[in-house]
Amino acid sequence: MHPAPSVIVFTTLSGLGFGLLFWLGLGLPTVTGWGAFFYFALAYALSVGGLLASTFHLGHPERAWRAFTQWRSSWLSREGVCAVAALILLAFYGAGLVFFGTRWGTIGVIGSLLALGTVFTTAMIYTQLKTVPRWNTPLTPALFLSLSLAGGALLAGQLTAALTLLIAAAAVQVAWWLKGDGALERSGTDLATATGLGSIGAVRSFEPPHTGTNYLLKEFVYVVGRKHALKLRAIAGVAGYVAPALAIAGAVALGGSVPLIILAVLLHAGGIAASRWLFFAEAEHVVGLYYPRS
Amino acid sequence: MERARLAGRDPAKSDDAPGSMTHTQPKLDLSPKVSDEVRQTTCYMCACRCGINVHMKDGKVAYIEGNRDHPVNQGVLCAKGSAGIMQHNAPSRLRKPLKRVGERGSGEFEEIEWEEALQIACDWLEPIRRDNPEKLAFFTGRDQSQSFTSFWAQNFGTPNYAAHGGFCSVNMAAAGIYTMGGAFWEFGQPDWERTKLFMLFGVAEDHDSNPIKIGIGKLKANGGKIIGVNPIRTGYNAVADEWVGITPGTDGLFILALIHELLKAGKIDLDYLARYTNCPVLVNSDPASPEYGLLLRDDDGKFLVIDRVTGKPAAFDQKGLRPSLSATYERDGITHRPVMHLLAERYLQEEYAPEAVAERCGVSAPRIKAIAAELARVAFEEAFELPITWTDFRGETHTSMQGRPVSFHSMRGISAHSNGFQTCRSLHLLQILLGSVEVPGGFRFKPPYPKPVSVHPKPHCKVTPGKPLDGPHLGFVQGPDDLALKEDGTPARIDKAFTWDNPMSSHGLMHMVISNAYAGDPYKIDTLFMYMANMSWNSTMNTSGVMKMLTDKDESGEYVIPRIIYSDAYSSEMVAYADLILPDTTYLERHDCISLLDRPICEADAAADAIRWPVVEPDRDVRGFQTVLVQLANKMGLPGFTNEDGSAKYEDYADYITNHERKPGIGPLAGFRGNGESRGRGPVNPDQIDRYIENGGFFVSHVPEEASYMKPWNADYQDWAVGMGLYDSPQPYIFDVYVETMRKFQLAAEGHGDRQPPDHLRARIKETLDPLPIWYPPFEDGRVDTEDFPIHALTQRPMAMYHSWGTQNAWLRQIHGHNPLYVPTGLWEQHGFKTGDWARVSSAHGEITVPVAHMAALNENTVWTWNAIGKRKGAWALDEGAPEATKGFLLNHLIHELLPTKGDGHRWANSDPITGQAAWFDLRVKIEKVAAPAEAEPAIPPINSPVGQGPEVLTWKVGK
Amino acid sequence: MTTLPDSTDKKLGLVIDLDTCVGCHACVVSCKGWNTENYGAPLSDTDPFGAEPAGTFLNRVHSYEVTPDEGPAQLIHFPKSCLHCEDAPCVTVCPTGASYKRVEDGIVLVNEDHCIGCGLCAWACPYGAREMDAEAQVMKKCTLCVDRIYNENLPEEDRVPSCVRTCPAGARHFGDLGDPNSAVSLLVEERGGMDLMPEQGTRPVNKYLPPRLKDTISTSDTGGCLTPVVEEPKGFVGWLDKMLDKV
Ligand SMILES: Nc1nc2c(c(=O)[nH]1)N[C@H]1C(S)=C(S)[C@@H](COP(=O)(O)OP(=O)(O)OC[C@H]3O[C@@H](n4cnc5c(=O)[nH]c(N)nc54)[C@H](O)[C@@H]3O)O[C@H]1N2
Ligand SMILES: Nc1nc2c(c(=O)[nH]1)N[C@H]1C(S)=C(S)[C@@H](COP(=O)(O)OP(=O)(O)OC[C@H]3O[C@@H](n4cnc5c(=O)[nH]c(N)nc54)[C@H](O)[C@@H]3O)O[C@H]1N2
Ligand code: SF4
Ligand code: SF4
Ligand code: SF4
Ligand code: SF4
Ligand code: SF4
Ligand SMILES: [Mo]
Repeated sequence: MHPAPSVIVFTTLSGLGFGLLFWLGLGLPTVTGWGAFFYFALAYALSVGGLLASTFHLGHPERAWRAFTQWRSSWLSREGVCAVAALILLAFYGAGLVFFGTRWGTIGVIGSLLALGTVFTTAMIYTQLKTVPRWNTPLTPALFLSLSLAGGALLAGQLTAALTLLIAAAAVQVAWWLKGDGALERSGTDLATATGLGSIGAVRSFEPPHTGTNYLLKEFVYVVGRKHALKLRAIAGVAGYVAPALAIAGAVALGGSVPLIILAVLLHAGGIAASRWLFFAEAEHVVGLYYPRS
Repeated sequence: MERARLAGRDPAKSDDAPGSMTHTQPKLDLSPKVSDEVRQTTCYMCACRCGINVHMKDGKVAYIEGNRDHPVNQGVLCAKGSAGIMQHNAPSRLRKPLKRVGERGSGEFEEIEWEEALQIACDWLEPIRRDNPEKLAFFTGRDQSQSFTSFWAQNFGTPNYAAHGGFCSVNMAAAGIYTMGGAFWEFGQPDWERTKLFMLFGVAEDHDSNPIKIGIGKLKANGGKIIGVNPIRTGYNAVADEWVGITPGTDGLFILALIHELLKAGKIDLDYLARYTNCPVLVNSDPASPEYGLLLRDDDGKFLVIDRVTGKPAAFDQKGLRPSLSATYERDGITHRPVMHLLAERYLQEEYAPEAVAERCGVSAPRIKAIAAELARVAFEEAFELPITWTDFRGETHTSMQGRPVSFHSMRGISAHSNGFQTCRSLHLLQILLGSVEVPGGFRFKPPYPKPVSVHPKPHCKVTPGKPLDGPHLGFVQGPDDLALKEDGTPARIDKAFTWDNPMSSHGLMHMVISNAYAGDPYKIDTLFMYMANMSWNSTMNTSGVMKMLTDKDESGEYVIPRIIYSDAYSSEMVAYADLILPDTTYLERHDCISLLDRPICEADAAADAIRWPVVEPDRDVRGFQTVLVQLANKMGLPGFTNEDGSAKYEDYADYITNHERKPGIGPLAGFRGNGESRGRGPVNPDQIDRYIENGGFFVSHVPEEASYMKPWNADYQDWAVGMGLYDSPQPYIFDVYVETMRKFQLAAEGHGDRQPPDHLRARIKETLDPLPIWYPPFEDGRVDTEDFPIHALTQRPMAMYHSWGTQNAWLRQIHGHNPLYVPTGLWEQHGFKTGDWARVSSAHGEITVPVAHMAALNENTVWTWNAIGKRKGAWALDEGAPEATKGFLLNHLIHELLPTKGDGHRWANSDPITGQAAWFDLRVKIEKVAAPAEAEPAIPPINSPVGQGPEVLTWKVGK
Repeated sequence: MTTLPDSTDKKLGLVIDLDTCVGCHACVVSCKGWNTENYGAPLSDTDPFGAEPAGTFLNRVHSYEVTPDEGPAQLIHFPKSCLHCEDAPCVTVCPTGASYKRVEDGIVLVNEDHCIGCGLCAWACPYGAREMDAEAQVMKKCTLCVDRIYNENLPEEDRVPSCVRTCPAGARHFGDLGDPNSAVSLLVEERGGMDLMPEQGTRPVNKYLPPRLKDTISTSDTGGCLTPVVEEPKGFVGWLDKMLDKV
């Protein structure tokens, strides 16, 4: 799949943002006044910023409101509904904290669940696609959720939780990678089933339908070199998980060093962006089977 | 309807609300208006000439579809035809006459008015006509108005006129006409409704593109089988049930081996051979006789056969005659044997046995036998009779027609070789032996064919300054006397057609014009006038060499070819090489006439012709080329275009189409003559074109059922053809399995007769002009080291492109924007090629560096590419970075019009020695893997575009 | 509505004969022409005369080489457009309701006025049947020529998809695959029509007729068709006697 920057930015940032909102909704930490303002501003900047980024790749952003209508069937629609519900509820909740110094706990918990729901629905947009076997696994929501929770915890300063969740997320990430490699082969979809010609013999693509390129090739047929992918996985693993974990451990040891936490956040966000880039770039859409391998 | 959708298939739907309750759909307008008006004309995205419905919206072309009533395409339309709208609106269209201002080849022009353009042309042409008409060479390419352009050239008085047939497929046309009075191309077709086995040799697309596809569809629907003989398995060969991946240039051998097997097994149609061919005709068999090998005739010049009833010789066409295929005849001490003897004797020889040819053909002996058996089985075991009563030319009435459901078709794959004429003849011999020509289920002619050679004109070349030529330029020679030689024996024509080099060159040799004119051999010319042929690019062999010939100057600083006038509609590569450009309209903007006098659109069951008419007016200052020729003729007062009183006969081409008469009552269009009711023959009808338009742009006259088969011998058909004006009296004939004309050339080469070939050609004529089909290796094989150049290199037409001119089409160029060289598995592995690699491809003549791709369904010694995809930078209103120019390439750089020298000091033409057909497919190459260059080589510098470049985005919609 | 109808009155679709398709691209261009001028936004082309031309096409013809265990390789031309799936994942993923499947005939369409151009439906389609138009920025797909097949401004015989009407080889058939007695259903039955990627669970309405067996002429048994007229030693003369006696 084409690793579109808007989508990478969106999923990375909104994952962090909704993760932070989740913790804030639970009152972890329970902050009020300017402190609350800072936390909520950060959470909204990340989540709303991410959502805005995601509209960049829409052909007709002016019609984006229509995307709320199909929640009965569409995960994308559900994502929108969840996100808006979470943002509105938590805005009330945040206003309580910032302006009234009170924590409306029920609203916060519901908001937290909606925030998590948003991350879950985002993940489900990808998970539901049988056409991309690498994504079509329960590990995908597990990955998105664990990352969001870990990143959120980190931002929320819940260092122990962050450390535990980050380790869990790392485990899911490794499992996801391992399962993802070969997912296309295991999916049962190949050029033989794609063409129905497998019963005659070995099928290979001879000529593409057009020598010119097209939307499908640009959108779905993206090839990353094996070496390049491994390098990026290493970067994602170190920057996204190992280094922040060490930094958090350091911060815990030092009793909450802010520079170390900031470092952990930046490393984590960068690493996860790399992981997200790979999430798309390595994902093979079955439509690629129809085209000659280049 | 029947069952509810499965629930819970995926998470996305696990919580679906009951669908139909909430199901709201937008209201669609299911009957939108399709167009304001439909105008019916004839497609010209290729030479198939399908009928089209042009849907107009707001006075503009909105959509083009096939015309269901049209005899050629019956409603269907190919990719090119549907893309016509993009052609018609292409940014590469020329806009105004152009006068060259820069050096030739630079593409620098100045736009001028038509007045000036016509004046310049006249100033060049008039002195030529007055003093030396042969100094004008007028050659046309993809022309479909040859009967008109040749009429113009004839009236101008130059002998130097031809269309492009000589480099196209004259072998196919000439072999067919000399053998059976009609050919493949678009001039005949299988009996698609009834044929059960269809064998296709060397065809990628052909002119009859839509009819062949329609036919294949019908045949498949009827459960028929296809055998494809082709080194490459794409297109028609991909849907063939059996693929024979033959080694290029060896089809003749393969076919003669099939004939060997059929003869040996007696699986030939003896009755058919005896009645309808010259197999029973007696041949002088005395090697000492000056008439050795000629056919025996009676005093009226009619062929003699032995009548089995009387045992006596008799003219072949007598009533009640039973020609004998076996009896010999002595006269004046000379033994005469029937052709059948010679034939059987030759092809029963072991040299034609499958085992003897298998290796050279690349087809195993058992497979050759299996195919022979299949032909025999279908021809004789699936034979049937149609209960149609008919009378033959001997006056005998038959109550049925014998059907043999085996049919063949073939084109350039066998004809574009130096042994092509004889190979085409071999194929016709095979058809005839099976009794499958002009019979139900077999191969059928389309009017105006069948037509015996003797009815065709002979070539004319007598020049009289200021006067018309003595007759039509092209035709069919019947012996040395008909050659186009001057008194001193030198060639009369610039292309050396109808000379000892290629005596039966019925279509001329357009591919030799530029190089002969450049060499001044046989003489120098003054003006080269060309129409619709991209001769500095894909149309020519030796492309780089030709560009040099066109731009070279002599010592005096003059161009070696002094003047070039060219008519094109688009900014092609050739435009840059002309001094004066006469811009043509697109096919939707002009009158054209697809005439029975030319290459009509007939079907086996009907004579048909058609027109084009301006369905839209040009939005540029361009004129239909034929109209420009009329205007030039008027300006020069050419006879044939001028009344007694000096006034012009025709105002423009439409006027000519309507009012011209070749013979009284016979004009360019056969339909709606006289008061509108006469067909074929009849007085001029001033409203004829309007009647064509009302009728959908065409005219059809059906062949009566009793005349539908056995046409060469069928009295009803002959009478119908006379009525249609196809000829003036019935012209029945028998097929020339043995072509006596060829024997006459051999006799001359053996020293008989007054007109003698030059000595260096004697041996070749004796060898190659055999009156019975033979096979010899393609000439290039004998001229280059086949170990050095072990690989055959071919091109194929892509179905969705027409030569160079598809590239300017925004839709088509996305389908074929560049072309790899396809390499078979063995060579691919041997050279260690990988996807994305490039190769240097060299021939004895040149080299190119091009991208390669792998193909398994390919003859193991053959590489190939799509034809004419490569483009020159600056042409066709494309960006200079267009893939056609950076990755696309032409094989033409590797092919020379002359063969390499070898010992004898002669550079023989790279052509068939009989017809002069360009031997495109004799090419031998070697390949090697090289690092990918920046772009395909040779990278030729850009030319200036006289029309600028196309727009950056297209969102074409003319309606709201 | 992005939920799928429980059932549709008809299942209109195409049946494509891989045994007959010669790969001519006529259907590709005819489709481009009709749909540029008709339903919705024109099918645009970017850089049409430049270095990287790319345009929207609703139907494209691929080609595949198949090498059997024995016998020569085969080439199969393979047209592909929307298969109007019964379980169309492209419809259910659509967040706006722009993608829908018609209850009357099962045609899957995009309502271009509602489409936000998110592209998700194209992600969900396994067949590459949807293309985002670069200019209009809405999703384009085969409409099964819904504006032809019922169009009262067209003569009745022309109320078929543009690609079907134009296909020179007659390799494309249009009809109601929900009616077991329709001509297309019978053809599918007779020729073993197949689904593409059945494992994706989309249940395509369009069917493909597989190529017939190829290269089957027996090389061992010529069925007595080639029994010589005479045995070798007598040669030509013997042949002549025997053969010409027959006339
Ligand atoms: N390597 C290789 N080379 C080949 C062949 C091959 O098989 N292999 N095939 C050969 C054969 S058989 C042929 S016939 C030739 C064909 O080659 P050409 O005859 O050159 O054919 P095109 O390139 O299609 O077009 C010729 C010119 O006609 C112009 N034209 C198009 N429409 C119009 C019009 O309406 N009016 C006017 N005045 N001009 C118009 C085009 O712009 C173009 O410049 O190529 C030959 N070259
Ligand atoms: N779409 C489209 N249609 C066209 C044209 C076009 O440019 N585009 N051009 C038109 C013109 S001008 C012409 S002349 C006709 C030509 O129509 P075709 O005769 O179909 O021309 P080519 O494409 O040259 O195809 C030659 C075929 O012969 C095969 N071949 C080559 N050598 C041999 C051999 O030795 N033996 C056998 N058995 N096969 C061999 C090649 O693989 C190829 O398939 O097409 C006309 N129709
Ligand atoms: S075959 Fe195609 S391009 Fe040629 S005349 Fe017919 S529709 Fe036009
Ligand atoms: S038009 Fe017909 S034959 Fe041509 S590519 Fe399309 S389906 Fe195949
Ligand atoms: S083919 Fe693709 S676009 Fe068409 S209905 Fe099926 S899933 Fe949807
Ligand atoms: S691109 Fe348009 S039709 Fe497709 S899912 Fe998005 S909104 Fe729906
Ligand atoms: S049915 Fe219509 S829209 Fe669909 S591929 Fe055919 S022509 Fe195109
Ligand atoms: Mo040609």
